[in-house]
Amino acid sequence: MHLHRDDTASKIGMWLFIFTEILLFGGLFIVYAVYRYENQAAFHLAGEELNVIMGTINTVVLLVSSMTIAMAITAMQRGNKKMAIALLYITLLLALIFMVNKYFEWGAKFEHGIFPNSEYLLSLSRGDILFFGLYFTMTGLHAFHIVVGAVFIGFVIYYIKKDRLHKENWQLLENAGLYWHLVDLIWIFLFPLFYLIH
Amino acid sequence: MQENLHTHQEPSYLEYEGKHKGLGAWIFSTDHKRIGLLYLYTILVFFGIGVILGLLMKFELIAPGHTIMGPQTYNSIFTLHGVIMIFVVVIPGLPAVFGNFFLPLQIGAPDVAFPKLNLLSWWIYVTGILLVLVSLFTGGGAPDTGWTFYAPYSFETTTNMLPAVLGAFVLGFSSILTGLNFIVTIHRMRAPGMDWFKMPLFPWTLYGTGWIQLLATPIVGITLLMIVAERTLGIGFFDPDLGGDPILYQHLFWIYSHPAVYIMILPAMGAISEILPTFARKTIFGYKAIVISTIMIAFVGYFVWGHHMFTSGMSGTALYTFSLLTFIVAIPSAIKVFNWISTLHKASINVQTPFYWAISFIFVFMIGGLSGLVLGSLATDVHVHDTAFVVAHFHYIVFGGTGFAFFAALHYWFPKIYGRMYDSGWANIGWMVMFIGFNALYAPMFYLGIAGMSRRYYDYLPEFHSGNIISSLGAFVMAMGIVIIIVNLVRGARHGEKAEGNPWGGKTLEWTVPSPPPLENFEEIPTVTKGPYDYSS
Repeated sequence: MHLHRDDTASKIGMWLFIFTEILLFGGLFIVYAVYRYENQAAFHLAGEELNVIMGTINTVVLLVSSMTIAMAITAMQRGNKKMAIALLYITLLLALIFMVNKYFEWGAKFEHGIFPNSEYLLSLSRGDILFFGLYFTMTGLHAFHIVVGAVFIGFVIYYIKKDRLHKENWQLLENAGLYWHLVDLIWIFLFPLFYLIH
Repeated sequence: MQENLHTHQEPSYLEYEGKHKGLGAWIFSTDHKRIGLLYLYTILVFFGIGVILGLLMKFELIAPGHTIMGPQTYNSIFTLHGVIMIFVVVIPGLPAVFGNFFLPLQIGAPDVAFPKLNLLSWWIYVTGILLVLVSLFTGGGAPDTGWTFYAPYSFETTTNMLPAVLGAFVLGFSSILTGLNFIVTIHRMRAPGMDWFKMPLFPWTLYGTGWIQLLATPIVGITLLMIVAERTLGIGFFDPDLGGDPILYQHLFWIYSHPAVYIMILPAMGAISEILPTFARKTIFGYKAIVISTIMIAFVGYFVWGHHMFTSGMSGTALYTFSLLTFIVAIPSAIKVFNWISTLHKASINVQTPFYWAISFIFVFMIGGLSGLVLGSLATDVHVHDTAFVVAHFHYIVFGGTGFAFFAALHYWFPKIYGRMYDSGWANIGWMVMFIGFNALYAPMFYLGIAGMSRRYYDYLPEFHSGNIISSLGAFVMAMGIVIIIVNLVRGARHGEKAEGNPWGGKTLEWTVPSPPPLENFEEIPTVTKGPYDYSS
């Protein structure tokens, strides 16, 4: 097959995939909205259990990582591959910081006996059970997307090193950037919904 | 099937040899035509399995009481029949088989936009099937919840739900990737000169379908994952004991699964819109109306899911709204039917097997559509909800509509796919037997449903006996028809007469290349100057 490269097609494909991801989370946002409406007091109180400082740090970490990957794309377009690779490593480092933070956050909840199906959680009200069920599912699925995005970025770094991506061919890097922004964007909605609304 | 191929300058896609030999040349091929055939064979195998499961149910229902199986087995069998037929056969059906094979040919492209992703979709599809099959032979027995996996059954049952639910999730992912591929292909790879309104109607319906696959499937994906979370982690999204709401599951499920009906039927309508002008030998009536109604169906189809839940408990406002929207979504389908009939008006019709299939499609589709209005109207739905009437209705649409269109498309494009012709005498007999069997099978179920026979029971009251006998006999006649059709097609593919490049006198681009098409489809990408069904010259 001697199909010529079509960067626009590749970009449209990525955008379409992002639409499906948004709708995937959309299903959970609907469930959140319904149960928040039905259990307002419980959601209010349960939300106060979450650590706002940790959440804020993670938000900042992700926003900065979105910036670094965007800078990496610009660096590639200018042909500065060293800079692009360095910025992508910083992005990966920030992803790691996010996950470590998440680990301690979840770990603290587990220590307090709050995890799905735990004896303590089941003794709470139904609204609490739902809140933490949604909390673990949505942040868990989001963390999974962080991992997928990080693997994607890892491949991009490998391709840049192998010279398969270069000044004239950087669409895959831009796609990785788009995906990373999506992961960031979902967190931008998760953070206020769980940590800030009281 | 090899000898005729040497007459072409280039080897055909069937003859071409790449890196791999034998089976590997197929399952690792990124050629859209070979991938289309991979789907075709996979789908036909599972269609056969689904038919056998259906026959077992009809055998059980031939007399009241325990005939060949008890309630638990019956529950598992209708669940498997549904899961296999919906997720494995009908949803991928026309898009994955004929879409893959003919979308690039019809728009004058050498392949789809992402050939590797296309092959990956097939592999994901096979993985999904394997997961579904695992659920049969491991754990606590085959799933028994019905294909809808309704809560609370799906988290309370002791049968092996997890692989089946995960399998459906994986199959959905494959469907998303196919839809994504087609949308990008249509945007980027139309031949020079083929503007949107010069594109044939089958690609148009694939375009509408692609958007539904893309935007609706993720909802059922996440819903199925919630079922998984419920079963493995005990997160009670839908369990009232844990604060959840089973009705919410139904909403989320049908937000996808109603649009999924349009994933099934839109490409079927597209195939019929290709076949009718070819055999009427004149241009399609109301090309733009068909295009616009396709987009309308794809759009309005999102907002009617509530009509599956009229008896589940919803506010009056919601009921009226969903009922009204359901009536509105029927309009574009009716527009299409009128256009098809008008195409035939004053035409000099070349009556061939694909035409019989197409015209019988319109017949059964109308019965299915009109009976759908009975279900869309609130008062009558309460009476026939969850009865055999519903089963008859959706089989007239899903099997009568999509299934008949599938066979129509198969008989229409067969000479292009294999470069050989089937025996049209046997093909017509097969069509006739299947058509009679189909109607004998499902028409009595309308009556049985109105009379009050519930669906999904292995048993029924004695007064429903005669209707069930007709229905069961019809099932066996229909199965006989399917056997005749398949045997005839297999014989045709192996030993049939060689087919010309354009045996039916079609005007779309796939008929301008040799049969079977060369690997790269077009020696030179064509330039399009006319509309797709121009019979004036």
